[in-house]
Amino acid sequence: MSDPSGTTWDVIVAGGGNAGLCAAIEAAERGASVLILDVAPKAYRGGNSRHTRNFRCMHQGPLSVLTDSYDEDEYFDDLLRVTKGKTDEDLARMTIRMSEECLPWMEAHGVRFQPSLSGTLSLSRTNAFFLGGGKALVNAYYNTAEDLGVSVIYEANVTHIDIAEGRFSGLDVEIGGQTKRIKGKTLVLASGGFQANIDWLAEAWGPAARNFLIRGTPYNRGRVLRDMLDQGADSVGDPTQCHAVAIDGRAATFDAGIVTRLDCVPFSVVVNKNGERFYDEGEDVWPKRYAIWGRLVAGQPEQVGFAVIDSQAINDFMPSVFPPETADTIEGLAQKLGLPGNALKETIDAYNAACRPGTFEPNDLDGLSTEGLDPPKTNWARPITEPPYYGYMLKTGVTFTYLGLKVDRTSRVSTAAGKLENVWAAGEIMAGSILGEGYLAGFGMTIGTVFGRIAGQEAAAHVA
Amino acid sequence: MSLDISQDGQGAIAEARRQAEICNACRYCEGYCDVFPAMFRERAFSDADITQLANLCHNCRGCYYACQYTEPHAFALNIPAALSEVRAESWERYAWPAGLGGQFHRSGVAVAAALVAGIALMLLAMWSWAPASGDGFYAYLSHTVMVAIFAPAFLFPALPLYLGLRRYWAEVGGGPVGWAHLKEAAARTANMKNLSGGQGQGCNFEQEDRYSNARRHAHQATLWGFLLCFASTSSGTVLHYGFGLEAPYGFFSLPKLLGVPGGVLLTIGAFSLAWLKTKADPALGSASRWGGEMAFVLLLGATGLGGLVLYAATGSALVPSVLALHLGTVLTLFLLTPYSKMAHGAYRFAALVRDAQARP
Repeated sequence: MSDPSGTTWDVIVAGGGNAGLCAAIEAAERGASVLILDVAPKAYRGGNSRHTRNFRCMHQGPLSVLTDSYDEDEYFDDLLRVTKGKTDEDLARMTIRMSEECLPWMEAHGVRFQPSLSGTLSLSRTNAFFLGGGKALVNAYYNTAEDLGVSVIYEANVTHIDIAEGRFSGLDVEIGGQTKRIKGKTLVLASGGFQANIDWLAEAWGPAARNFLIRGTPYNRGRVLRDMLDQGADSVGDPTQCHAVAIDGRAATFDAGIVTRLDCVPFSVVVNKNGERFYDEGEDVWPKRYAIWGRLVAGQPEQVGFAVIDSQAINDFMPSVFPPETADTIEGLAQKLGLPGNALKETIDAYNAACRPGTFEPNDLDGLSTEGLDPPKTNWARPITEPPYYGYMLKTGVTFTYLGLKVDRTSRVSTAAGKLENVWAAGEIMAGSILGEGYLAGFGMTIGTVFGRIAGQEAAAHVA
Repeated sequence: MSLDISQDGQGAIAEARRQAEICNACRYCEGYCDVFPAMFRERAFSDADITQLANLCHNCRGCYYACQYTEPHAFALNIPAALSEVRAESWERYAWPAGLGGQFHRSGVAVAAALVAGIALMLLAMWSWAPASGDGFYAYLSHTVMVAIFAPAFLFPALPLYLGLRRYWAEVGGGPVGWAHLKEAAARTANMKNLSGGQGQGCNFEQEDRYSNARRHAHQATLWGFLLCFASTSSGTVLHYGFGLEAPYGFFSLPKLLGVPGGVLLTIGAFSLAWLKTKADPALGSASRWGGEMAFVLLLGATGLGGLVLYAATGSALVPSVLALHLGTVLTLFLLTPYSKMAHGAYRFAALVRDAQARP
């Protein structure tokens, strides 16, 4: 493209993931000239959206691939439960209500949905899965944006947002080793969280953060967010709060995505590096507990856990990308996992002794609970007795951080001096406005789509 | 040579297995085609499982452009290419006599050389056994000579294909074939469901991550065109022997009513496929076989075009030369059937039947 600094753009979008693309498409459809700046190279465009798989959506009756109905109150209750009340009810309910009209909008802009994936049937009512996953969604939006005349620059690293007297006028961006100044009438901030910036994570978490794995894009380093916070933008969220799950400890530091997910926890005994249990593995069905284990493992010595199962359980969960460690004895498995053999044997023996007869039912809360064990395992407590034994190392996998920009119902960013006249934020950079803690599967894409669209509409209206 | 192929085969299967194990932990592509549901029914993949998946894959490439793990990601997934390699190697492995497979799959030059030989043979036949009299084509090549050459040429491919399919079926553990299985496989072939992208939007072939039905439609035209041409030739045989009606046939005869639309479809379809192939990324297929595949598609197109030109040339001085070209092309196409991309039709259909058996 020609030199982007030669024009004053109607709308500049920082970040080319789901939220940024929704904003760009809405603005371009309203006649605005739009420039997307994405820090990643083209192959890695789309931020974390590249790794996503579904969109949590309210609906009154069957809608597209979604079965039955999922109403506002049930959706909001689900959110309240995972956030333990730490949410903004007004923004949350607005997001939930708007999700319903978003799904047809997404389809009209190229996104294709497919029925719930095998192994995820419990989500068929609440979450619409993208055919091909998030990268296919991102591709569809980039094609739609291109057809609308949106300009995109990849490997464009926004270093500074120029804000004076409550107004954005332009930004500095490194492109091809040169810093350029690009002028714009409005700005949409959709550059994600800061989870790929381990130093920043360590400021909040301490040295524990050095043992975290980052499940998604290595490009969400929070540079734009930091620049906005340094300029006094109102922030929301606790810097230690994030979407974090327990993933295979052998995963790469960045970008391993969905395939390192381990679904074996409910059927396992999980111990720390001392071979001791620390939490009820059978608390609830896995999708509802998936998002707490990241923090649980983060709270253990060296931020590591180990899930142990036996041959009875090996086919009860979806396979993950790395094969488990295998041994014919618990001590042998301990050796392979680098655990103290005696301690692990004692833990497994104590657990086995606390198991009670009953019917094991992998897909339901089966009530098969231990007795006299602390902490208890309240479901799927089947003795681990049938070799070979299998073990997986668990580490904390951070999906995205919640500390971000505070926005209002129009997605507008503010400072202590009041609302900024022409700056909006959407997606993970403002998700903390709704997610105080905890996570609801598919809700990140809902927040991104709803606020991305609002931001694009607002920005276009501002320049109209 | 055969040793190389077997080592190659292990390499391609091992690579496809590595990739399938990653796919099985992701499953985002479940809705694109029959490959992924078949893959996700397994927890571990034997060589035969991988071979079956490879023959089920129609190379629509939807999964590649949707994949979060393609290069430069360290997982370096490229399922369309990995399965293309396994698929082509399986055809070469099943080819009988062994060793005839590789050449025509890999080398466009070999296909072209075979074509030259086929045309030369026809010219030789026309020159050596020029008939004393006859109507239409038979003025240049007697019916007896034509039958003497083409009856074996049409029948010959059946044997190696049968032997290959038998080995395939045993390897993938196919069971007794029922009508229901055949019906399902035929339905999927008739509408090319596996090039539909799962929802009718088509595949990601000639315009990267944008969907298009161009390849699906071109393939349909080629398939149906070929079948109509085959039916045309067969109807001529029936008319000749069953009813004593000899060529040349008028326009409102069965051979022409089947053959003309068939030729048009085959020509348009095959040349469209060739053109689309020039637009698509060769790295998402078996790159080393691009030449052989391209030559085969062009040979198919030339078969259709030659028939049409021959019809158009009726009565002109061009007939003998066009006749030699056309018959040479047809002869080459048939003789190469078990050893070229043409064989894919048989194996693909077998894979669809096998999948119909395995589907819950």
